[in-house]
Amino acid sequence: MSEQLALLPGYLTAHLQLTLLALLCSAALSLPLGIAVTRVRWLEQPVLGLAGVIQTVPSLALLAVMVPLLASMRLRSIGFLPAFIGLTLYAVLPILRNTVTGIAGVDPALREAARGVGMTSRQQLWRVELPLALPVIVAGLRTATVWTVGLATLSTPVGATSLGNYIFSGLQTRNHAAVLVGCVASAGLAMVLDGLVRTAEVGLLTRRRRLVGAAATLTVGLYLYAAVTLAAPLFSNAARPVMIGAKGFTEQYILASVLEQWIGRETGRAAAQMQSLGSTVAFDALAAGDIDIYVDYSGTLWAHLLGRATVGGDRATVLAEVGTFLADQHDIQIVATLGFENAYAVAARAADAETMGLTRISDLIPLGPTLSMGGDFEFFSRPEWVSIRDAYGLALSEQRTMDAALMYEAIAEGAVDLISAYTTDGRISAYDLRVLEDDRGAIPPYDAVVLVSGRLMREWPDVVAALRRLDGAIDLESMRAMNLRVDVEGIDPSTVAAAFIATLGP
Amino acid sequence: MIELQHLTKRYGDQVAVHDLSLEVAEGELLVLLGGSGCGKTTTLKMINRLIEPSAGTVRVDGDDVSRLATHELRRRVGYAFQQVGLFPHMTVGENIGITPVLLGWTDDAIRHRVDELLALVELDPETTRDRDPSQLSGGQQQRVGVARALAARPRVMLLDEPFGALDPLTRGRLQDSFIRIRRDLGVTAVFVTHDMVEALRLGDRIAVLHNGRLVQVGTPGALMRQPADDYVRQLLDTPRREARLVDSLLSDMAGRDSG
Repeated sequence: MSEQLALLPGYLTAHLQLTLLALLCSAALSLPLGIAVTRVRWLEQPVLGLAGVIQTVPSLALLAVMVPLLASMRLRSIGFLPAFIGLTLYAVLPILRNTVTGIAGVDPALREAARGVGMTSRQQLWRVELPLALPVIVAGLRTATVWTVGLATLSTPVGATSLGNYIFSGLQTRNHAAVLVGCVASAGLAMVLDGLVRTAEVGLLTRRRRLVGAAATLTVGLYLYAAVTLAAPLFSNAARPVMIGAKGFTEQYILASVLEQWIGRETGRAAAQMQSLGSTVAFDALAAGDIDIYVDYSGTLWAHLLGRATVGGDRATVLAEVGTFLADQHDIQIVATLGFENAYAVAARAADAETMGLTRISDLIPLGPTLSMGGDFEFFSRPEWVSIRDAYGLALSEQRTMDAALMYEAIAEGAVDLISAYTTDGRISAYDLRVLEDDRGAIPPYDAVVLVSGRLMREWPDVVAALRRLDGAIDLESMRAMNLRVDVEGIDPSTVAAAFIATLGP
Repeated sequence: MIELQHLTKRYGDQVAVHDLSLEVAEGELLVLLGGSGCGKTTTLKMINRLIEPSAGTVRVDGDDVSRLATHELRRRVGYAFQQVGLFPHMTVGENIGITPVLLGWTDDAIRHRVDELLALVELDPETTRDRDPSQLSGGQQQRVGVARALAARPRVMLLDEPFGALDPLTRGRLQDSFIRIRRDLGVTAVFVTHDMVEALRLGDRIAVLHNGRLVQVGTPGALMRQPADDYVRQLLDTPRREARLVDSLLSDMAGRDSG
């Protein structure tokens, strides 16, 4: 718990930066737009319609779609910017709609009175319409505030640090304390910011200047804090840390920590992690130079990037082709092959395998229509599945997509009969599962490889040299044991990584 | 003074006001009298351009109002609304002082004027100034409405059934106050009402409107003596008809009680 709390200041600050800036920009966009809509009536339908359409995009997808969108405009596509833009867009609708509703809801008799006493159109707005619409507008602002604080937890997969880091990594590594800290901190922040807006509103409505002043001072203070902390790295003389990416599952958290600690020990350079990235986000981030290093798997790159049909590739061929492709097309180098494979595999309960005599995937062919299978978010849409299905002519009764962390529970409880397991996963033995042999070679090899950007190759040769020394350093048994310690024993990934580094000798 | 020349307002095919010409002399109070939908409020609102005429001209103190900026015109013309229309987010004092604020008077001048007006409409400045409009009774709110219309010392005032929603006793008291205020200030005024007694009490002259047309205009006495048509005669006869109705009801009741 205490190691989780140590991360809180950093995560909370990043979360605050995202939330406050997104809200500010959203309000700066929506309030004038809302006012304009009440002045030019034909704008109302198209503008509110567009804002409504944005709202119907699932929030996680809205954030994720910013990555390729920004990349296509040659902007920083990973980290703060995509999350910030996504959150800003998401907060537009509540503020915009309430501004329009609030102003339109002003009693026509008062509007006429405002004209009658000699107000110009601008004076009507500022002296009558906005003050009277204030409660409704503030209600929209409060909705937007609470939403944005909550949604900002979803910025973790696009590479922006937030309280979501607790939640994403905690769910994957079964660290419930981390999930709890993330949720409580996020809910607390939402309540504090909402209370601040509410206090300002009450002060305005009851004309208590001191209340308005206090709320305004606190708000300005928070914004100053966010601005200063956001700008600080730009003016700092400290060397930029080596940025290590990690996808959102246990093995990746452990490996990122191993790399971070190894670089620190071998070169004395500071390294930092960008965690829980989406699978393709991690690669895009490396290609764009937003991260310098991450670990991927040869078969994944082969199938996804090279679009290869997977049957028949042996380890060396796949590795060589992937390496050439990455160097030629993306200026990315493979500097080390860690020494283990984390392959997709089809796993069944050991008891079932015993009674039904299952040892190979081809044993499933006659049983297919009676079996159901669970796969992680990607599995059933990956080329590997197509390859397995076609090579064995498998027809299953049901395919269910679920969170990878839940698949093991699902098969243990009997909710599914098969799962798409990972060969390094400690939970295969922990949950008493059996991996079925890929006797027709449908699944490609998945050597874990350390990928680095061309820039790192040129600028930090000492880091590259250190990484090269990790070649062959982690075998399948070590990796499986490390995964098991995190997933089943609940030990922190960085602790597991430190224990491993200690075994590597001087 | 106010001059209306061939004033017309059309909404599509509907004619709300048809070719209306009238003059209101300096210091005079003209009542626009007629039933619902006769065009009296439309006519009133065309004077300060809350409604734009379809045709015709309006002059206030000789100026063609269509050539003035609307907000400047309205700051020169006091307007008391049927629904009062006090701003709920402002105090009574701020409501009364709004037009002077828009005109850029000094704070001192405004404060002084607000207290003066509150006294004029028979409200206690000390206890009323800083209250919210919602804390006042209907009659008090309408007094504030009249004070607000008078705030910038307009030479012309427009009143749209200002006492229409009040109970008869309160209405009577406000009419008394208004008669005194107008005698003191000598403003030129147009007063819309459908209440015959109110028209007779307040009006120097009465203009009777029917279906958007001006039927007759003249002093109360002239209208009584020589009504232009049956409509005017019936309208003017309303109070007496009601009085006779009351008398007969009373004698019926007396008969029943004694019988």
